[in-house]
Amino acid sequence: MKVSLTVNGDRHELDVPENTLLVEIIRERLGLTGTHIGCDTSQCGACTVHMNGRTVKSCSLLAGQIDGAEITTIEGIGTPEDLHPMQAAFRECHALQCGFCTPGMIMRAIELVEQTPELDNKAVREGLEGNICRCTGYHNIVEAVLHAARVPQSARAE
Amino acid sequence: MNEAKSATGIGASVKRKEDVRFITGSGCYTDDINQPGQSHAAFLRSPYARARIESIDASAALEIEGVIAVLTGADMVADGLGDIPCGWLVKQKDGSDMVSAPHPPMAATQTNYVGEPYGVVIADTLAAARLGMEAVLTDFTELDAIVDLATVRDSEQIHEGVEGNLAFDWELGEREATEAALASAAHVTRLDLTNNRLIPNAMEPRAALGIFDKVSGEHTLYTTSQNPHLARLVLSAFVQIAPEHKLRIVAPDVGGGFGSKIFIYAEETAVIWAARKVGRPVKWTADRSESFLADAHGRDHITHAELGTDEEGRFVALKVQTTANLGAYLSTFGSAVPTYLYGTLMAGQYSTPNIYVEVQGVYTNTAPVDAYRGAGRPEATYVVERIVETAARELGRDPVELRRLNMIKPDQFPYETPVALVYDTGNYEASLAKALVHADYAGFAERRAAAAAEGKRRGIGLACYIEACGLAPSNLAIQLGAQVGLYESGEIRVNPTGSVTVFTGSHSHGQGHETTFAQVVSDKLGIPFEDVEVVHGDTGRVEFGLGTYGSRSLAVGGSALIRAAEKLITKGRRIAAHMLEAEVDAVEFIDGDFLVKDSNQSLSFAEIAFAAYVPANYPEDLEPGFSEKAFYDPENFTYPAGTHIAEVEVDVDTGVVELKQFVAVDDFGNVINPMIVTGQVHGGVAQGAGQALLEQAIYDEFGQLVTGSYMDYCMPRADDVPDFTVDTTVTPCTHNPLGVKGCGEAGAIGSPAAIMNAVTDAVGDNSISMPATSEKVWRALR
Repeated sequence: MKVSLTVNGDRHELDVPENTLLVEIIRERLGLTGTHIGCDTSQCGACTVHMNGRTVKSCSLLAGQIDGAEITTIEGIGTPEDLHPMQAAFRECHALQCGFCTPGMIMRAIELVEQTPELDNKAVREGLEGNICRCTGYHNIVEAVLHAARVPQSARAE
Repeated sequence: MNEAKSATGIGASVKRKEDVRFITGSGCYTDDINQPGQSHAAFLRSPYARARIESIDASAALEIEGVIAVLTGADMVADGLGDIPCGWLVKQKDGSDMVSAPHPPMAATQTNYVGEPYGVVIADTLAAARLGMEAVLTDFTELDAIVDLATVRDSEQIHEGVEGNLAFDWELGEREATEAALASAAHVTRLDLTNNRLIPNAMEPRAALGIFDKVSGEHTLYTTSQNPHLARLVLSAFVQIAPEHKLRIVAPDVGGGFGSKIFIYAEETAVIWAARKVGRPVKWTADRSESFLADAHGRDHITHAELGTDEEGRFVALKVQTTANLGAYLSTFGSAVPTYLYGTLMAGQYSTPNIYVEVQGVYTNTAPVDAYRGAGRPEATYVVERIVETAARELGRDPVELRRLNMIKPDQFPYETPVALVYDTGNYEASLAKALVHADYAGFAERRAAAAAEGKRRGIGLACYIEACGLAPSNLAIQLGAQVGLYESGEIRVNPTGSVTVFTGSHSHGQGHETTFAQVVSDKLGIPFEDVEVVHGDTGRVEFGLGTYGSRSLAVGGSALIRAAEKLITKGRRIAAHMLEAEVDAVEFIDGDFLVKDSNQSLSFAEIAFAAYVPANYPEDLEPGFSEKAFYDPENFTYPAGTHIAEVEVDVDTGVVELKQFVAVDDFGNVINPMIVTGQVHGGVAQGAGQALLEQAIYDEFGQLVTGSYMDYCMPRADDVPDFTVDTTVTPCTHNPLGVKGCGEAGAIGSPAAIMNAVTDAVGDNSISMPATSEKVWRALR
């Protein structure tokens, strides 16, 4: 089937089998390998991206559900020279170890900060419940999200 | 020490070099790599826990468009491939060798656990490979599954020649003396424990990409390995995939390991073999369901322990009897984990004079069990610290005071235990004291009362753990059954302009070696941190290595780099002496400069490097070039130790346990990067909390894995754990040049015992087993 979508600002017209998942389009058709696959039950959140401004687990959307969508992946939020404040906070707070869950975790964390005016430790923990990390024990991830939440809105790239 | 160096040198919390690629999505994990013309693999897996393969009909699968080949375990046998060996040969009580059943890379005649691969479909696309997999008709005769540890010894024999399904009956320590001391003890505490079976669950599933170049004959395998050189050695020497010089293993960015990526597995072996057979690159990435079924699992012990005390409460004897589930086959370190990494730790932090441990390792029709973060030491700590706590309760003693009474004192080091280890150094009371302050132990009674006022039960628990890591003195390990040495290699290649490339046999899969090792080398050579690049994980670039597990990378791999740096400095002093017309003995190396004593003459490290590559004014009897390597073989294990304190609150109505506070005070010796060390402890504690409260792999009576997805296997999530309080005390390791001990596993070693001591304290029922789910706790409260 034909699908048109915008990913990180670039428009793509694709012809894919109907049972293709968004994450497969991102990783295999577009070569954006920063978005990861960590499970097969939509539980781990490693594949989290933004679709039309909201986080989605890209393993849970079929090609037919994404026609016309605006997608942002981890590659679209900042560059090594100009990191998104959430990316910078993850590095500053040592909120990643193996890095595999990190892109999905950052994408979810960005939305969490945008959605929630008064974030505290408990709200961050509850807000990240859909993303599993096996390395960090979450302590530094929570710290990073709270750290990024304190960065003034005007300094944010997105 | 100059300013720039101190900000990035030993002891500084330097931000990690590897982070920028990970936070921008630029990491390169195995599944991110693709090759032109690559094909895809889907594995045929046994639906039964134990079954005879009668026939495999692949004709329908081969009709499917895109399917290239269906290869089976029998094809592997026909190609002369060898079995996957167990890397540690354990001697039994009677001196005989353990009974190691053949472990074929893919089953040829009989499958022995659900998910065991017995064939692979290769196709143009993954979708075609999976369709092909569905179309293969396999005729199995299902046999009775042997899964229950309590009856396994009396069950049908799984492997030919393995009577009673017993791989080994092993012992350590003095049985008679221990039993005599127990018989005359003033009090004996008895405890039955289960150490629950866990599934490691690194977030990156295992993956492999095999490439065969028919012109050069070179095989290249990209794979998720913690130790690519060991994989090459085994695949070459034992499985006979290809000669070592024609086999390159690359473990690029690896998304966590926790032990599960040490071992040599069927799928990686099949992928590189198949690439040659079909003449195209072959790629396979596990989906999470495959990880649950076919990654090596961890723990799975049942234990009876007895601790004898005298009238004052001094420990006089400890006897431990354990049955360890090894799964269907002996995995790479499957035999070492419940023996030498377990029984040897039974002294804990205490001067118990008599200790005896016996372990029966048994086969079952379940996935192989092997090292998982801590590997044997969490199980040992769970025995020692649960029974010590239980003894304190039975004797009506304060658990802190009872532990302190029995602790090995700082002036007793080196301390030889009754179970084969010599602890080089430590100060257990120091970490205990610090942890008690952080946990506000003195204020616990008040918090308990406050919780009670709200109808909740609050409990507190300690674990004063010890571990032996930094594996290992090679001669000792080989004496005890290791089939390879356990040194590590390091090479420092200085470029003519003075920057350096470091090659290490250690492997980083989250630990941050690119940063920590660069700190060590830049500090030792007095060069900028930015001028050091660390290379690892590629047998084509790194000479040799034994990889990362057992908290060994810094203690062994880091020490190898110090030795290599010392060789560079020695050579540099000779070059500098020649150029500055001084005696070699008069040249000192201080902070990146070669200086002639009592003069103002000096040459920088970069100037010496340049001279070594452009040897115009150069010693006649010295080789040009500035590159040195070292193999470091430790003299002893290292012995990190510490105190963990958990505080929990139990909701009486629901049985839900909330971990309110967790304090870890660990003695890791000297610390290179405190930020990274703290992160390692956080992660370990969360895994230990997972074991204590949430996680358990369950097989039903037919050997079907009931907990085969994240819907059924409960992983710790952000809202399951609190912030942790982490601190350190320091007694430097006495026998390695950095004075370091290793920090990767401690969090997972101490925390399950501390948390379960807290849970049982809160509930007032010592029989609750891990994981302390709300259902178990609720029932215990009724």
